[in-house]
Amino acid sequence: MMRVILALTVLILGSTGGEIAITHGMKATGEPARLRPLELLQFLGRAMRNGWFWAGVPLMALSFYSLLILLSWEPISLVIPASAFSYVVGTLGAKYILGEQISTARWAGVLLVCAGVALVAAG
Amino acid sequence: MASERRLRIKTLVMVLAMVVCANAGDLLLKRGMSQIGAVRLTPSGLAQAFRLTVASGTIWIAIFFLTGFMLSYMTVLSWADYSYVMPAGAFGYALLTLLAVVFLHESVSPRRWFGVVLICVGVLLVGQTKPRTTAVAGEVVA
Repeated sequence: MMRVILALTVLILGSTGGEIAITHGMKATGEPARLRPLELLQFLGRAMRNGWFWAGVPLMALSFYSLLILLSWEPISLVIPASAFSYVVGTLGAKYILGEQISTARWAGVLLVCAGVALVAAG
Repeated sequence: MASERRLRIKTLVMVLAMVVCANAGDLLLKRGMSQIGAVRLTPSGLAQAFRLTVASGTIWIAIFFLTGFMLSYMTVLSWADYSYVMPAGAFGYALLTLLAVVFLHESVSPRRWFGVVLICVGVLLVGQTKPRTTAVAGEVVA
């Protein structure tokens, strides 16, 4: 049980930290002019030159490896929903690190998602 | 407002791409890791697990889908809030639960189904909010 909680903590902190760094990098990169192959490739090229993107990648790789290990221990219908506690951690990060405005409706939605996740994880 | 509507539509399309790729990837990962067996948390156990995952075709297909997820995720995050995209992507749980039942033959209790319903309602609530509340490079939020 302890090993599952430990791997889950690494998964959540790694993915949330990585995604926040990547979001910061993507916002600095700016959106692609059009959603067409050439524009998307140019967009990815710009993103790859952003330091925040490369700060996020190792954190996400760490969380990916934790996911692989967890999936070898537990069923997918438990692992993936349980990892969704990252919604609260991520929303707090979005508010305090990225400066996003979290409206009451958005918080209510996030908390409902978490309540649902707790039920799903409990089986 | 036309630009607001366009923003919502393109965000929805990218979130859908994210969900399909993430679910297909996770499902294939589970299948691949089940073929490999439980990972032992020792240096030799981890090294062996690494060798086996790199040699698994199923794991590589899973990585292909997860790369598709990552690309659509990066693209949508260039214009939309992280706190919008992240919970909006959760509607994939309904799809994931269905896929786990159909393909992996996992049993799902009524309580778990109720949890899935709550998640979907939560996602709908988040979906009502503005997709973007911060400035994007070279642009100012109206």
